[in-house]
Amino acid sequence: MTTAILARPTFGQRLLGMWLSAAGFLRLLSQRPVGLIGFIGIVFFLLLAFVAPLFVPFQNDPSLVDIYQTPSPAHPLGTDFQGKDVLNQIVFGGRDILTVAILAALVSTLIAITFGSIAAVVGGKVDSTILAITDVVLTLPKLILLIAVAAILRPTGFLFLAVLLGALQWSSLLRQIRSQVLSLKERDYVEAARSLDLGIVHIVFREILPTMRSYIAIHFIFAMTEAMYAQVFIVILGLVPVSGSNWGIMLYFAQGQGALYFRDSIWYILSPILAISLVQLSLVSFASALEDIFNPRLRGSA
Amino acid sequence: MTTAVAAKSQVRIAVNPRRYLGDAWRHPIARAVLKAFLTIWVTTTLTFLLIRLMPGSPVELKIDELIQTSNGSLSYEEAKAIASSLFAINLNAPIHEQYFSFIWNLLHLDIGSSFLSSGTSVTSIILSVLPWTLFSVGTGLLLSFVVGIGLGLLAAYRRDSLLDRVVSTGGSLVSSIPNYLIALMMILFLGVQTHLINFTSMRGAYTPGMVPGFTLAFIGDLFYHASLPITIYFLTQIGHWILSMRSATLSALEEDYVTAARARGLSDGRIRTAYVGRNAVLPLVTQLAISVGFIVGGAAIIEQIFAYQGVGLRLLAAVTQRDYPVIQGIVMLTTIAVVVANLAADLLYSKLDPRIGRAGGAAG
Repeated sequence: MTTAILARPTFGQRLLGMWLSAAGFLRLLSQRPVGLIGFIGIVFFLLLAFVAPLFVPFQNDPSLVDIYQTPSPAHPLGTDFQGKDVLNQIVFGGRDILTVAILAALVSTLIAITFGSIAAVVGGKVDSTILAITDVVLTLPKLILLIAVAAILRPTGFLFLAVLLGALQWSSLLRQIRSQVLSLKERDYVEAARSLDLGIVHIVFREILPTMRSYIAIHFIFAMTEAMYAQVFIVILGLVPVSGSNWGIMLYFAQGQGALYFRDSIWYILSPILAISLVQLSLVSFASALEDIFNPRLRGSA
Repeated sequence: MTTAVAAKSQVRIAVNPRRYLGDAWRHPIARAVLKAFLTIWVTTTLTFLLIRLMPGSPVELKIDELIQTSNGSLSYEEAKAIASSLFAINLNAPIHEQYFSFIWNLLHLDIGSSFLSSGTSVTSIILSVLPWTLFSVGTGLLLSFVVGIGLGLLAAYRRDSLLDRVVSTGGSLVSSIPNYLIALMMILFLGVQTHLINFTSMRGAYTPGMVPGFTLAFIGDLFYHASLPITIYFLTQIGHWILSMRSATLSALEEDYVTAARARGLSDGRIRTAYVGRNAVLPLVTQLAISVGFIVGGAAIIEQIFAYQGVGLRLLAAVTQRDYPVIQGIVMLTTIAVVVANLAADLLYSKLDPRIGRAGGAAG
């Protein structure tokens, strides 16, 4: 502790520390098979969405003789209602969805951290006001509002969609961060920092938030799953202008074209369903494994 | 800790009962009521802003559309007058007066009338679909709550047993797959591929031609038609209740009062229900209210997939037809329904937890 104040660690020491903690983390994770599978799943889908499109040619030519084909060597996941290759759409359809989910989670986590810690540290009227706003937002039926807002504003850009989704889902995280900070700020090391007169900004960003790193990471992942849920939700309903290809748009067309009711189209419909579900499952199982690792109270003791 | 906070704020309130709104916010029942009003006010104001003040707002669009469809026989003023009556807002009044009359009309449940079938009030449209959503959502939520609480308690007591693993893993698996995808997969596998379920016969809220009434046949028919949405709501929520109840029970089991109860020689059954179960279930009651809002929103897509005539399906229809009075009416009335459910849960919570009913529950 004293060394941390007196001498900042060198770059080499930091790298070593990071490597050690990463190794220790992977060792802990390997004891939780479900979490490890989730982690591998996340890595796989990130690679599929952001790296694979660089190596695979984009195929967008409809071919009316190949409609609703079952899997074959030429089309490993079959074809859609226009005879387009489904696997190709799966490869190219992940990037937008994941980008919006990550951005939305960033927006909501940032709002929650900023205002949650302000409420807890400042207290008084500021706390009451922030808490009141949070409680109100928490109660709103957000998906209904999302439908109405999307129907009237017609979000087109990804950034706008991400901000809209993020703006709707910060409330429960804010409450949790507030109560975490409330309990952390009574700790001895925060008292020590306060008696050294280090200022609110230092106390929040240097003393309190670092101890909540794992907690915030876990909730960031959960925020991603929520954003993905809401995003696919409005895309399937056709409330955002449909362009490009993503897994939600595939399902929107599958429903609109009545593909759901063709027996042979099962591969076309099941592929995006499985892609979205597997991403969600990976995120959730990884996040719960993290929760398990970082919450020693629930760990071990049977 | 809690008692200290309670004592402190009680002293403060005794000294000066009307110091600041924040003090009212710290009193749970006052807070619940205030929150309900604030939420309704925020939603209505937001809706008003969206409908009335956005550039290219629905009101302006409607006026343009009226002028165009009349081939110029309507002047702007006349079109504006028609739009005024459709939205139940006097568009010629200053904007703040429009806002106040909008709120005033809302208090009288007068939200204008539908664009498409003029003369049909939005209120009557909503009242014809709201019961079905409340019925299916309520049944699914209560079922999942009761079953989930039971399974969660069981899993916590048999921690790390096979039952615990199956129940908690299964619960988190099912709840992490988006519910609309589960609904699509149900149609895919149970309907299209295997023909186990005849989905077309289950459309609508009840079989056409059935006489509504308190007959066994009719109630059975209601459940038959609602069974698919109910199953989905049940599956979506059950994992959440199992996992929350399991972890709440686990932490309640570590509390001193449980050890003390054991030491006093109380029976396991009594400890389980009165000490562990009751304390573990309390925080879940508030979550119950929050999930009402979540399911009602999610119901839109579920109702569309299964063609169940609830609020969500009607809202989506209104969105495609750009029937804005119906959209704003549904948004506002569902919010009010959700808020009332929340208020009921909050009041119930303070009844169930005697520590909360008195002042000073702000610690959590």
